Amino acid sequence: MPHQTETMTINMGPQHPSTHGVLRVILELNGETVVKATPEIGYLHTGMEKLAEHRLYAHWLTVTDRMDYLAPMSNNLGYCLAVEKLLGIEAPPRAQVIRVIMTELTRLASHLLWLGTHAMDIGAMSMLLYCFRERELVLGIYELVSGQRMMSSYFRIGGLMKDIPPDFESRVKEIFQIMPSRIGEYEDLLTNNRIWIQRTKGVGVISAQDAIDWGVTGPSLRGSGVNWDLRKAIPYTGYEKYDFNVPLGKNGDVYDRYLIRVQEMKESLKIVEQALGDIPPGDYISRIPGVTLPPKEDVLTNMEALIYQFKLVVHGMRPPEGEVYQAIESPRGEQGFYICSDGTGKPYRVHVRAPSFVNLSALPKMVEGGLVADVVAAIGSIDIVLGEIDR
Amino acid sequence: MEVREFRGEIIIVIPKDKLVQVCAFLRDDSELSYNFLSDLTSLDFFEKKQPRFEVNYHLLSHANRCRLRLKVAVAEGEKVPSVTSIWSTANWHEREVYDLMGIEFENHPDLRRILTPDGWIGHPLRKDYPLTYEEPQFTHNRENPPQLAE
Repeated sequence: MPHQTETMTINMGPQHPSTHGVLRVILELNGETVVKATPEIGYLHTGMEKLAEHRLYAHWLTVTDRMDYLAPMSNNLGYCLAVEKLLGIEAPPRAQVIRVIMTELTRLASHLLWLGTHAMDIGAMSMLLYCFRERELVLGIYELVSGQRMMSSYFRIGGLMKDIPPDFESRVKEIFQIMPSRIGEYEDLLTNNRIWIQRTKGVGVISAQDAIDWGVTGPSLRGSGVNWDLRKAIPYTGYEKYDFNVPLGKNGDVYDRYLIRVQEMKESLKIVEQALGDIPPGDYISRIPGVTLPPKEDVLTNMEALIYQFKLVVHGMRPPEGEVYQAIESPRGEQGFYICSDGTGKPYRVHVRAPSFVNLSALPKMVEGGLVADVVAAIGSIDIVLGEIDR
Repeated sequence: MEVREFRGEIIIVIPKDKLVQVCAFLRDDSELSYNFLSDLTSLDFFEKKQPRFEVNYHLLSHANRCRLRLKVAVAEGEKVPSVTSIWSTANWHEREVYDLMGIEFENHPDLRRILTPDGWIGHPLRKDYPLTYEEPQFTHNRENPPQLAE
C-alpha cells in the first residue's frame, strides 16, 4: 500500500490554560510541525465601542479599564489624553507627573504578570507566585489612591479623580527599594537557565520587516530590533522630561522579548524614581467650567459653580465637533483611541486600536514552521490580553 | 480631494478609486515613508449625510515620527479596494470593519467575520442596529422598527 501522509487539524480551544484568555488557535500539523495556524477571536466581544455611542464621555471612561484589564490605568491614560486633545485642554503639571508614576507602575504590574504566566506556560511554575507577590505591592498603591485594586479609573478627563494621600510617596518608595533585588531574583532563575534558553531562543522569530508590515508594536517590535517607542518618539504627558533607555533586541525571538520586558521593568522603576522626586504642587485637575467639575466648596457657595456642576452631571460636557487619534505606549504596544465627536455629550464613534489585536495577527508568521510546543511559548511572548483584542 | 487639519492632525479625503495608488505612494516615497498602518476604522453617518460610510486609514511614519489620516467615502453596498497588498496588518482591521460595519473589501485574502460568532446576521456597529434587544420606538424608527435578525 502506498505511504500517505496528511496533515492533522487540531483545535487549541478557547478553554486552554496557556492561551491567556479565550483564544482559539486552529493548528494544522504535519507530525509535530505547524503547517498553518489560524487564530480565532471574538469569544470575549462585548461591544464596548457600540456602548460608547450611548454613554457620556466621563461614563465610558470606566469601560476603558476593562479592555486591557492587566494594565487598567494605561487605558485610562490613553482615553483621557484623547478626550483632552479633542477638547484642546491639558491636565495640570501635578496631575501629569502623577499620571506618569501610575502608568509606569501599571507597566511594572503588567510585565510582572506577563512574566509569571509566561514562565508558567513554558514550565517554570514557581515564577507565577513570585511575580504575583510583587504585583500585590502595585495593587496596594492602586488601592491607596483610588480605593480599587484593579479597575481604578483614577485618571479623569482633565486630571485625576482626587489628590494623592500623604503616604503615597513613602509607599511608592517601598516599591523601588524592594523591586530591584526581586527582579534580580527572576533573572537568576531564568536568564541563563539552560532549559529556558533552549525553549525560548530561536523560537517564534519574526523579522523587523515582517513586524512592521504586520503592524506589530511594543516589546514584540523592539525584540526584532526596531527602535520605536512612543514614549520617546512622540512623547505625551511629560515623558520627554525623564531619562530612561528603551531596550532593543536582535533576533526577534521569544528570548529577546523576555529580556526586553525584564529590562523595561527596571526602566519603569527608574522613571518612577525620577518622577517621584519631582511632583509639583498645585491642583490635581484642570478647572475648566463646562468640562470638569468645580471644587466642592464653590458648588456649595457660588451659584455659577452649582449650575455647572448640575449641567455636567446631568448632560455631560460637550466637546467641539471633530475627531482625534491619540496613541500611547501601553505595556503591549501602541494603544490608540480614535474619538469622533458630533458636538453632543456622547461620542459619535470611538475606536480602540488594541495592540494585542494587531500583534496576534502576526502569530501565524511567528509560529508556522515551528513545533507545536513553541506555539505556547510564542503566544505567551506576544503578551496578549483578550479583553482588548475582543473589546 | 480635501485636506483639513484639526488639533494638529492632518486629514486627507481621497476618492475610493485612487486609494491603493495613494497608499502605495505614501509608503514607497522616500521622504514621506509612511511605512506603518496604525489603524483602519469606519464611521456610519446614518441619514446624517451621504454617502453613508467612511473608512479611515491612520498612517504613521517611523522615520518622520508623524501621523496622517486618510478618509474614503463609501456608499451603502459599495466595495472598497483592500490595502492588504500594501500593509499586511490591514487584513484583520478590514475583517473587523466588514464584520461590525458591513463594508466589503475587494481583493481581501480572507474576508470573513472576526469578532461576532459564525453565522451572525447583521452588522452591530451600524447606527440602525439596536444596542439591546428592545429598542424603544422613536419617531426616527417608527415606520421601520429595528429588528434583530436572531
